[in-house]
Amino acid sequence: MWAILWKDLLLELRTKERVSSLFVLALLIILVFVFALTPEQLKQPAFGSALLWVALVFAGMLGIQRALILEQERNCFTGLLLCPIDPGQVFFAKFLSNVFFLTVVEAVVAPLTLALLGLPFSVSLLGLPLVLLCGIVGFSALGTLCAAIAVRTRAREIILPLMLLPLLVPLFIAAVHVTGALLAGEVWTGTWFRVLVAFDVIFVVIGWLTFGFVVQE
Amino acid sequence: MTQQTQRTQQAQQTQETQQTKMNTWVVEAHNLHKTFAWTPVLSDISFRIASAEVVGIFGPNGAGKTTLLRLLAALLTPTSGRLTLFGSASSELAVRRKVGFLGHESYLYPDLTPEENLTFYGKAYRVPDLKGRIAQQLEHVGLQDWRTMPVRYFSRGMEQRLSLARALLHAPDLFLLDEPDTGLDPRAVSILHASLAEAKEQAKTVMLTSHDFERTRELCTRALILHRGRIAWQSEATLPSPQEFVELYTACTR
Amino acid sequence: MDGVRMNTVTSRSGLADSFLPWLTCVAMLAALAMVFLYVPNERVQGEVQRIFYFHLPSAWMAFLGFFIVAGASAAFLWQGKRSADLLAQAAAELGMVFCSLVLLTGPLWARPIWGVWWTWDPRLTMTLVLWLIYAAYVLLRVFAGDNETVARYAAVLGIVGVIDIPLIYISIRLWRGIHPKVEQMAPEMAWTLLVCTGAFVCVFTWLLWLRLRSLHLRDEIRALRQHLVAAS
Repeated sequence: MWAILWKDLLLELRTKERVSSLFVLALLIILVFVFALTPEQLKQPAFGSALLWVALVFAGMLGIQRALILEQERNCFTGLLLCPIDPGQVFFAKFLSNVFFLTVVEAVVAPLTLALLGLPFSVSLLGLPLVLLCGIVGFSALGTLCAAIAVRTRAREIILPLMLLPLLVPLFIAAVHVTGALLAGEVWTGTWFRVLVAFDVIFVVIGWLTFGFVVQE
Repeated sequence: MTQQTQRTQQAQQTQETQQTKMNTWVVEAHNLHKTFAWTPVLSDISFRIASAEVVGIFGPNGAGKTTLLRLLAALLTPTSGRLTLFGSASSELAVRRKVGFLGHESYLYPDLTPEENLTFYGKAYRVPDLKGRIAQQLEHVGLQDWRTMPVRYFSRGMEQRLSLARALLHAPDLFLLDEPDTGLDPRAVSILHASLAEAKEQAKTVMLTSHDFERTRELCTRALILHRGRIAWQSEATLPSPQEFVELYTACTR
Repeated sequence: MDGVRMNTVTSRSGLADSFLPWLTCVAMLAALAMVFLYVPNERVQGEVQRIFYFHLPSAWMAFLGFFIVAGASAAFLWQGKRSADLLAQAAAELGMVFCSLVLLTGPLWARPIWGVWWTWDPRLTMTLVLWLIYAAYVLLRVFAGDNETVARYAAVLGIVGVIDIPLIYISIRLWRGIHPKVEQMAPEMAWTLLVCTGAFVCVFTWLLWLRLRSLHLRDEIRALRQHLVAAS
């Protein structure tokens, strides 16, 4: 498992493809919203939170898919399956590498977004990294599973969002709510946060258990 | 787990395999069936292969040769039937560690160097003394001077040689080759033949698919012909002469 | 050998084919009669409320479809039988049909009663998300072709979809809610609902049967074609 993770990081260091494209894409999505909304609207925490997550979900989806397409170039995924590695471990490796890259991107995009929107700084913002990480974990878990399915079908660009977005609805609702409360400086560690963490756990377990069915032929 | 205990375990494992090799078959296939897109690709495949055999699988395109090899490599699961390698199920991790597979594609990451590619696969297979092994393999395929160049810039022949190094990196006891004689350049072919001869000496088992009997014959100790997903013919103790074989082949695949 | 296999589906179909259409017809006529002739108007909502007798059973059938998909998917992953895979496929398609019916009849009722076609009420949202998951499932099969690998993909999606349903429900419930809850029903209304549900179960079963058979026949046609090609 660590071997796969190490290889993914090395590949990214070599190509710098994933992080850079993810970053630019997330920024562009945010820009579109900034142009579409009035400054007053932008200052509302609810908008800020929605924006953060929309950018993360859409950029992240492409990033996750990209990772698997890279793996497909010389059919390397088959090479991976030849190795004596349990499919559950392959899942965790891919999942962790997705979490890692999304976190790296968000570490820059999130503060940038808040600055662009002109949201006031408050102490509760210190909780934002944790909330973002929780969202990324759940998203990557389902995303890794769905991308493994989508990548080996025709029209994979369409199939991935079609599968992933409806399944993500609960996570998305929870994440947007927690972030909204957080940006508004309210208490955010309530029910929604617990729900978010619970969804994370469920999604990771689902991905881990079902990945084996998806990767074997 | 510490490295030392790992190594002792591996040493035990190799000892065990050497013992079990004596009395169990390397490959045992019993009534294998495989469907793809709900139509049979392989039906009723049964054979047994002992250690140190070199088995050539022949047949026209679409006969199911590649599918059979991928089944053996646990890339596919049989629809029905029983397949055991070294006495246990082909999907078991301990079994997969003993299998090497050389396919049509190289399974190498184009943006990584040979060294990095082999390090990745070596770690995945838990190869002991990985650095030394990699250097040895790279030298074996004549790529020691290219070890820091990304594979993307390699010629096709170089990539195939590296792919061979990848497949043999963990010193597999069962080596599966899919059409090794198509598209290889002369240098790769000579290296391949050297590796196969070496494997034969070390009593490793080799299975390869081919549709060129003449070139493969000298390597094989046994042959079988697949036609329309069934075994049409299996060789007895001795291989037939090339002429006889061609006649057999045309008779079987008509 | 192919000839023998041919007969299995056709012979099994005899009983269901003669029995199910009639049962469905009678049940549906009874349901219609009860909805339009027997059951009294609801006090507050008036005539419009009668759509409820189709709306609610449709929703139940949509859920039923989903659970059949999940069950059949699990069975397929377990045993790899083609029939389980086809059952999941047929049930998904039917579930999507009934889910669409829910989404159509809902706004027809909501417009006069709530004054809007659509509102982001939990159950409406839930149904919409359900419909989207069904759509993804059906489209995956359309886009990805028909083989064992895709069948396994679809099965995984079917199972994950079902596990996701309660999560969606929890999150949407926490989010907001105005959907009318069925409180006390007049006995006539309860009876009508019961008959309607029965009729819908009949329709569902019959359609499922037809679809399943057509899928099996498609397989047999393919096998025969390949047989012909191989024999030539």
